[in-house]
Amino acid sequence: MARMNMVQALNSAMDVMLERDPRVVILGEDVGYFGGVFRVTEGLQRKYGEHRVLDTPIAEGGIIAAAIGMGVNGLKPVAEIQFADYIYPGFDQVVSELARLRYRSAGEFSAPVTIRTPCGGGIRGGQTHSQSPESIFTHVCGIKVVMPSNPYDAKGLLISSIEDEDPVVFFEPKRIYNGPFDGDPHKPAVPWSAHARGEVPDGHYRVPIGRAELVREGKDVTVLTYGTMVHVAEAAVRLAGVDAEIVDVRTMAPLDVDTLCTSVCKTGRCVVVHEATRFSGYGAELVATVQEQCFWNLEAPVQRVTGWDTPYPHAFEWEYFPGPARIAAALKQVMEAA
Amino acid sequence: MTPRSRLHVPAPPARPGQEPDFSYVQISPAGAVNRPDVTASVRDIESLALEMVRVLDDEHRAVGPWNPHLEAAELQVALRHMLLTRLFDDRMQKIQRQGRISFYIKSTGEEAVAVAQGMALQPGDMLFPSYRQQGLHVVRGRNLVELMCQCLSNTHDMCKGRQMPIMYHWGNGNIFTISGNLATQFPQAVGWAMAAAIKGEDRIAASWIGEGASAEADFHYGMTFAAVYQAPVILNLVNNQWAISTFQGFAGGEHKTFAQRGPGYGMPGIRVDGNDFLAVYAVTQWAAQRARQSGGPTLIEHVTYRAAAHSTSDDPARYRPKEEWRAWPLGDPVTRLKQHLIALGEWSAERHARLEKELEAHVTACWKEAESYGTLTAGPALDPLTMFEDVYKEMPPNLVRQRDELRALRSAAAAAERPQAAPPVAKKG
Repeated sequence: MARMNMVQALNSAMDVMLERDPRVVILGEDVGYFGGVFRVTEGLQRKYGEHRVLDTPIAEGGIIAAAIGMGVNGLKPVAEIQFADYIYPGFDQVVSELARLRYRSAGEFSAPVTIRTPCGGGIRGGQTHSQSPESIFTHVCGIKVVMPSNPYDAKGLLISSIEDEDPVVFFEPKRIYNGPFDGDPHKPAVPWSAHARGEVPDGHYRVPIGRAELVREGKDVTVLTYGTMVHVAEAAVRLAGVDAEIVDVRTMAPLDVDTLCTSVCKTGRCVVVHEATRFSGYGAELVATVQEQCFWNLEAPVQRVTGWDTPYPHAFEWEYFPGPARIAAALKQVMEAA
Repeated sequence: MTPRSRLHVPAPPARPGQEPDFSYVQISPAGAVNRPDVTASVRDIESLALEMVRVLDDEHRAVGPWNPHLEAAELQVALRHMLLTRLFDDRMQKIQRQGRISFYIKSTGEEAVAVAQGMALQPGDMLFPSYRQQGLHVVRGRNLVELMCQCLSNTHDMCKGRQMPIMYHWGNGNIFTISGNLATQFPQAVGWAMAAAIKGEDRIAASWIGEGASAEADFHYGMTFAAVYQAPVILNLVNNQWAISTFQGFAGGEHKTFAQRGPGYGMPGIRVDGNDFLAVYAVTQWAAQRARQSGGPTLIEHVTYRAAAHSTSDDPARYRPKEEWRAWPLGDPVTRLKQHLIALGEWSAERHARLEKELEAHVTACWKEAESYGTLTAGPALDPLTMFEDVYKEMPPNLVRQRDELRALRSAAAAAERPQAAPPVAKKG
């Protein structure tokens, strides 16, 4: 077992897969010689050569289209989109092509492409380097959508994604690349080496797609969240002094309804937390699911704590960010209701 | 007066009621264009993008350095494929007009492009067509019944009722699934070709795009990636003059030829008479040979004319002269190949008429068989529950639940239609 941060864990996942499976190729802007702007592919081109770890032109639509063609021709491409905010030029290739090849050809053609892309704010990235567009992709049938919250899951889920026969959009919450951020930007950074999930096996293992994880047991209220917000929620629970159960959704599509709803039915209260904007956000799907499955067990209306419905502002990112105080307030409100 | 900026809004040379005018189409004499070695550098062969490669002359002879010197038997096969494509199209159009299929797209006037290219490529080469290259299926020996069943969305439909008519695919024939979204296949073909090179194969890819769709970013992505990695791919731009109602000027064809974009990206651009079977065959052979020996991609502009409507939902009489095709200076590809064979003494009007009859009977027989597997309106149809399959390799829980829900609804509806005396249907799905 080694200590890894999320960058190293993701790098290790690709290293393991490049080594094990000659069909795996990596492509993206700056991923080759340089090793990626976040260093996630560092050293891979040196080790596996420039035919397997390819620098590409700055063309997200071209990267995803080329990955589709490679996938159709028997490779397992892992495409990096440098920031989730840059993915939109490739959106048509994801929605109309990647997600539907299998369906429209009745199973004759498919492309097992993994699209890795850093998301989320809190890095002074302004409105073009901070977005969390997961719900735009969960609305598209035919792709799987994943967002890990720690190095162990990051590696295991990325291996599962690369091995999956279906396309996966793999969001990497970049604020927690180096440590489990608890929502307070003024405190010194905590490294992953101090966290239990910073323990990452060197070799091959999988974390299954489609399974949520209970990260904290509790009896009062359930927090449904994912990515960076798992750690922020943990801090908020401490702040609010409630005995909350925290579920890390991990896979947004397909959704592990059973794990989520078993918890909510047990506690009878629920707060949904995500960093993305609220309106038509992924939280709406979670709330609807909870309402359908747990209505007769609910003691209080389900609350959402999210980014505001504005672009992510550069100067006011901590006012925008749904930090521990806002989550704690929602927890208290849910506890006081009824 | 002070100068001020004005928009240039392209206008075609003729609209309904006006005389067709194709004086804007620059045509080289047959045999006039030099055929460079396939290893020639892009810089040295830029003129190929301005001229027009032509082999068949006005006397129906094959002339010049691009003559591929095909055997008469091969030319007869080519004529058969082109004629079959045309008769198939004609029949499907009629069938659509009778309301028996919902939609159709003909390739009339452009048959030489798909047929010549299909014949010049190897069976293992992967084809990423747009929606007007049905000739590729014909060349690769596809049973027309399968294409017809797709158009009918019946029990034998390769797409299981999920796609509009003509959105074919053929895994075993190495023909990719057609997207209803334009241009997306162009950069995908490049990715496929990159993978072939990464794997060290000598298979190449080919893709087709219309001149209209070449305005999409996907065209640019495909050209850039192909040129950057020198991918083994043939990128075909079929300039059939019309994108529904907008003429080729709206895609940028007024100022430069489309083929000239090739050298702009760093690959050869070849402008070819798209209605000249021999010329299309020869340039394809040239580009394929170049790609197979690591010479990289080629952009081929096929200058042709969309003789039919864009689709069965379109009425070209509203935006172009009715008889414009008659004035098209490059003629009819089927007639030109037929006359060439006759000039060679390898064909005759009688043989042509016999072939036409035979192929028409074949199309009729295929249609009868296709209809026996069901029609969109009268059935039998596939089980609607199949709509939940192939969204993913394994059906996820939400789709299992939704499929069960639809199954229960259908069972309940069926039970309600049964006579009262019938036993109730079990609730279990």
